[in-house]
Formats: sequence, C-alpha cells, structure tokens
Amino acid sequence: MKITQGTFSFLPELTDTEIKAQISYALAQGWAIGVEYTDDPHPRNFYWEMWANPMFDLKDPAGAMMEVTGCRKAHPRVYIRVNAFDATHGFETTRLSFIVNRPAREPGFNLKRHEIGGRQIQYTIESYATEKPEGERYE
Amino acid sequence: MNATPPLETASIAPSPAAADHVDLNALLADSHVDEVLDELDRELIGLKPVKARIRDIAALLLVERARKQLGLAGGSPSLHMSFTGNPGTGKTTVAMRMAQILHRLGYVRKGHLVAVTRDDLVGQYIGHTAPKTKEILKKAMGGVLFIDEAYYLYRPENERDYGQEAIEILLQVMENQRDDLVVIVAGYGDRMDTFFRSNPGLSSRIAHHLDFPDYATEELEDIAQRMLTSMEYRLSPSGLEALQEYIPLRMEQPHFANARSIRNALDRARLRQANRLFAQKGRRLDRDALMTIEGEDLRASRMFV
Repeated sequence: MKITQGTFSFLPELTDTEIKAQISYALAQGWAIGVEYTDDPHPRNFYWEMWANPMFDLKDPAGAMMEVTGCRKAHPRVYIRVNAFDATHGFETTRLSFIVNRPAREPGFNLKRHEIGGRQIQYTIESYATEKPEGERYE
Repeated sequence: MNATPPLETASIAPSPAAADHVDLNALLADSHVDEVLDELDRELIGLKPVKARIRDIAALLLVERARKQLGLAGGSPSLHMSFTGNPGTGKTTVAMRMAQILHRLGYVRKGHLVAVTRDDLVGQYIGHTAPKTKEILKKAMGGVLFIDEAYYLYRPENERDYGQEAIEILLQVMENQRDDLVVIVAGYGDRMDTFFRSNPGLSSRIAHHLDFPDYATEELEDIAQRMLTSMEYRLSPSGLEALQEYIPLRMEQPHFANARSIRNALDRARLRQANRLFAQKGRRLDRDALMTIEGEDLRASRMFV
C-alpha cells in the first residue's frame, strides 16, 4: 500500500529533475530546506530523523539535492522527505513537504478495533512494518 | 501571383537538428558577455595578463557552447581557479566579476559569489568541520566559492588540525560536482606556492592559475583618481602633485598593499580635508570646496615627514 503523505503523494514518484524544480521553487520563496527520513510510516509520526542540517540561504537546488542523494545512499530502503520551512512571521511552519524516497515494499496498516464500554469501538491503525524493531523494518 | 514567391519557401528556417554551422558573433551578442568584459576593461586598471586570461576563458566557454549546439559533447571544462598576487591587487574584485561572466556564459546557474576564509570552513571540534564546510559548499552551489587566503586551510605544524578535513571535502565536491560550482582559491603568491606543493590533489584540480601583477606608479595614480571620482571628490592641481610624489614614497614602505594602501591614503586625506574645512568655520562652503582635496591634505602624511 503506497502511503500518501505530504504534497504530490497521489502522483507518480517525482523524478530527480522534478524534485530539483520543486526545491528551486521553495528556494525562490525564501524557504529553508530540510531532509528527513524515517522507517515508521504512521501518519501521526511527525518526528522524522533529520538528515544533515537544515539548509538556509541556498541559491541553487544542487546543494539540497546533494543531501537527498546522500540520504538515499545511506538509507535506501526507508521513507525520505524534503521539507520547506517558511520562517516568515505569521507562518513559521513547513509550507511544502513531499516524499522523495520510499521502501520497495510497503506492507500497509492493520486496522485494530478495541471494544470499550457498551458497544463502543475505538479504532486505531498500526503499520505492519513497525511490528519489527527499528532498523529491520524494510530489509 | 508568379512574381511573389510562395510564403512557405521564404520562411523556411533550418531546424536546430539540421544546423551545420553556428554564428559565434550571434552567440556572443546573445550572452551579453561583451558588456561585462568591456566593463572589466574600463573599470579595472592594469591587470593585463589577468584580463587576457579571462577573455580566453570566455572564448573557450563560447566555443564550448557552439560545439554543444552542433552536438559535439566535450564535457564541460573544469573552471576552478587560483588567484595569486600581492595584497590589494584586485583578486576579490575580479572574483566578483568572474561570477558574473561565468553566469552570462551559462557556466554557473546563479552567478553569486560566496567569499569565505578558513574560519567559515574549519570547525572547532571533532565532527564540526564536515557539516560546516558542506554548508558553505551548498550555499555556493550554482555560483562561485571564493576562498581567500586559502593557505590557512593547511597547517602542517599541527597534525591534528581540522583544515585537512575541509580540504578533503572541498576536493571531493570540486571533482564530483564540477557543474554545480566553481571554486576560486586566492592568496599571496609565495605562500600559495607552498600550499599547492603540500596539497598536490588541490593543485591538479585547478586548471587556471591567474597571477595578479603589482600595479605601476601610473596605474596607482589612475586608481586613485577613479576612487576619488566614485566618492565625488577631486584633486586640486597641488593635490595631484602631492599624490604623484606620495605614491612612489608609499611603494617603498613595508606592508605596501597596492590599491588598498591608496584607498587608505585617500581616506586619511578626506579626514584631513574635513578637519581643514572645519577649522575655517566662518567661511561659507560651496560645492567646490567640499569636493576638492588640496595638496596639504596629502602632504600631512607621515610619508612626507
């Protein structure tokens, strides 16, 4: 099951040229670029690992692409995303975030039904990948 | 009907794929690099060998572009450079122009200049240097990275110095991402020579070594005039005379830094001019008085004592 998080996630995978173009756009808006990766695809997992330092004041996407490539090389089988952070007063948040790398096989999520008082049911989802310990999830 | 040729034949243009020749003049006009080169000629005095070399590089890049249009793949030439010369010979100024020229010729994508020294590249503790150097490199991508006094990166007397690490990262990027940035290392001639001798890897990756000659007396005089004009000052006849005497005297002094020394001398002359004008409080000052630097303003220098 292809996970759909962030921008462009319903489109086919972006090519490197397309990723570069998106980063160019973000830089033209004055946003800072960050590269993050994780092997926990839960949609509520906001805290991905940072790859290298966030990049401020870049003029050209080549620098950010260098980090994306570096991250892919080090973690070829996990999710990698590019974040563009807008520091303008009033925003101070991520304006653009898209996945640039994903595992070859994405096992999807298990929907758990938890019965509580009466006939009430609490629903929760759990990724099949996270059943295994960290580092072994997408071997 | 017969007199006018059919429109179709008149407007047929050769398709780009079928082109068998290129017009270098058109390419030149298209890139507007001429303007930058002329500006360089006009605004920078002297530096003949440097200007000639820059023209060579511009020609090479234009021809490379023409070759590309005809489908000749030569791989982009390596354009890392070293600027050597005494202080104040215009290395930084030329580096700035270089970024512009390379941008016009389409060799670098953005054409900005990132000027750094050792402090910006080398960290203070283990693990600090690599991210620091990489950050600078990433900022410089699409433009020109100018490393001033590059020999400070290499400190042979301290084997645990982190400068070596910075050099290694630099080399790697210079080699692998030649299309993304141009590195210019600069410094004083003799020290750069030792630096290159002890870092053959760096030396061999730098294709262009540009040597900046010292300025002659007349060139320094021209430079002084130009600096004054840009600051909206001018020399009185006695001021000019004093300047002509001052320059050779200053050139004899230790720590003579070419154009930079001249700039400092002029700054001091401005100071004295202000003082002189202030001393004549009663007088109403016109435009002329505010602009003119007199001989006495220059002659108060310690060179004349």
